[in-house]
Amino acid sequence: MTEPLISRRIGIFLALLFVVTVAVPLGNLVIAPGSTGHVPSHIVALLGKYLCYALLAVSLDLVWGFAGILSLGHGAFFALGGYAMGMHLMREIGDRGVYANPLLPDFMVFLGYSELPWFWYGFDMFWFAALMVMFVPGVLAFVFGWFAFRSRVTGVYLSIITQAMTYALLLAFFRNEMGLGGNNGLTDFRDVLGFDLTADSTRSALFVLSGLALGAGILVGRILTTSKLGKVLVAVRDAESRTRFLGYRVEHYKLFVFVVSAMMAGIAGALYVPQVGIINPGEFSPANSIEIVIWVALGGRGTLVGAALGALLVAAGKSYLTAAFPEIWLFVLGAVFILVTIFLPKGVLGLIESRRAQKRDTLVPDAKSAEAKA
Amino acid sequence: MRESQLYLNDVNRSFDGFKAINGLSLVIAKGELRAVVGPNGAGKTTMLDIITGKTRPDSGEVVWNKDTDLTKLDEADCARLGIGRKFQKPTVFETLSVRDNLMLSLSGDREVRASLFHRPSRDEADRIDGLLDIIGLTDDGLRLAGDLSHGQKQWLEIGMLLAQEPELLLVDEPAAGMTDAETMRTAELLRSIAGERSVLVIEHDMEFVRALNCKVTVLHRGSVLAEGSLDHVSANPEVIEVYLGR
Repeated sequence: MTEPLISRRIGIFLALLFVVTVAVPLGNLVIAPGSTGHVPSHIVALLGKYLCYALLAVSLDLVWGFAGILSLGHGAFFALGGYAMGMHLMREIGDRGVYANPLLPDFMVFLGYSELPWFWYGFDMFWFAALMVMFVPGVLAFVFGWFAFRSRVTGVYLSIITQAMTYALLLAFFRNEMGLGGNNGLTDFRDVLGFDLTADSTRSALFVLSGLALGAGILVGRILTTSKLGKVLVAVRDAESRTRFLGYRVEHYKLFVFVVSAMMAGIAGALYVPQVGIINPGEFSPANSIEIVIWVALGGRGTLVGAALGALLVAAGKSYLTAAFPEIWLFVLGAVFILVTIFLPKGVLGLIESRRAQKRDTLVPDAKSAEAKA
Repeated sequence: MRESQLYLNDVNRSFDGFKAINGLSLVIAKGELRAVVGPNGAGKTTMLDIITGKTRPDSGEVVWNKDTDLTKLDEADCARLGIGRKFQKPTVFETLSVRDNLMLSLSGDREVRASLFHRPSRDEADRIDGLLDIIGLTDDGLRLAGDLSHGQKQWLEIGMLLAQEPELLLVDEPAAGMTDAETMRTAELLRSIAGERSVLVIEHDMEFVRALNCKVTVLHRGSVLAEGSLDHVSANPEVIEVYLGR
């Protein structure tokens, strides 16, 4: 009667994820370059980036697929997590920067800062930065959600203000006065926890961590959505006012899942930054947030693994197409979104499941007629 | 006279100058079964919105159990006090199973934390089985609510209302989309609930109102036009005028 925590498709996905998480670092570190099975280092970093996108997609699916909150600003939470990690990596450079200032990052020296802005304090400690990775997006989501959900802003209006939120942050982070590197963002990172970021072993470790984070994200999402709380969220999606008349405080439920989702997105951003080596305000751009929605729609809403799958498919397609045919990529992405909306309302995962169901239905009568003949 | 469960006194509410509720006064006693009838636009649904905290009145008193002011509360507060509502258009959670619809409706802690750590129990399953039996959906427990027929959805929503164990049931046109036999069964069910709980039924179907065999309130232009037994109000010339005279 109650859904199992590990359903068939979740089990398959987690098993595949585990294989990839183990095989890719082995292929990179153990198998010598030139031999079959070797995974080049840049591919490790690329795949690691995809895993972060997949976790970001899972976080959006949690609010959109289950609670029906279409956030068009989820990139903001991802970017904030990324900035929190970036600030730590900047401070870890220490006096090895161009200006050899032990306290101030290079861009601050360049801009003539005489002292470290207050909000940079603490980021020299990894544990503090790790906490902020979840705390900063979580607080933003809480404050934003508190006002939006209490005022009963729903549907397209909510989507528009989430978009405005990420756009406002984009503009703010572009300013040098923000003290976060302006349009250049944060970059030139050297190491994390003393490990050289350019070393293959560090890249592999970050890849493994990304794989584990994605697996954990899916499990957390699954625990939430199979609980009674998850059913209340679906109830809110299906008939919000009905849920209120049953005595549920809809705004509390929305706020809870929105904050959890924002923290998950923050973790994805924090794992992303050391693997790509830079975080800049471009991550706040509205187009990024819309792309996340396309991932989830393509993979299949309300399935968690579908969202992750969609992110991996689009990211891989993007890497290929932007290299092979750079000018058509955005047209392809737009076409994918339109086609999925019209023809695959349940996404790729929905297509696979209905194929399977069809096969079952055609197989069963066949088996019966075979029996009859025998 | 029994103690009052719900007391409305001189309630007013207008929308853009249109007086949807105009000096409405109404008392529902504990355990009473009451039918409210009235032509379209008489203010029936707005009245329910005011009682359930969805709409705030511009002026007037809405008092629950002689001591609680409902005009300050929202939908969730009112529901937690023990006011259950069934919508005119059957509203169920379409992508959840019939059992889950009932499970979410069962009376209990509604806070986020309670839902997160909630574990299904034997007692809960028994309560759901009992409700499924009452609403005639025993074999449909695992179906998605969205796959039910219109009439079955009506029954499911009545089941959800019963699951809440409210002190007052507000039922908006329960018989719409039901067969005659089902309509009579609904009337019987509501009659059996009354006494223990208060029930306010809004209905257009006069056969159904007759079957309820209770006091009838006729609403017109946001206030009470007549009140009494069905025979009494249907003999009232003003009521005839409103219903037939145009």
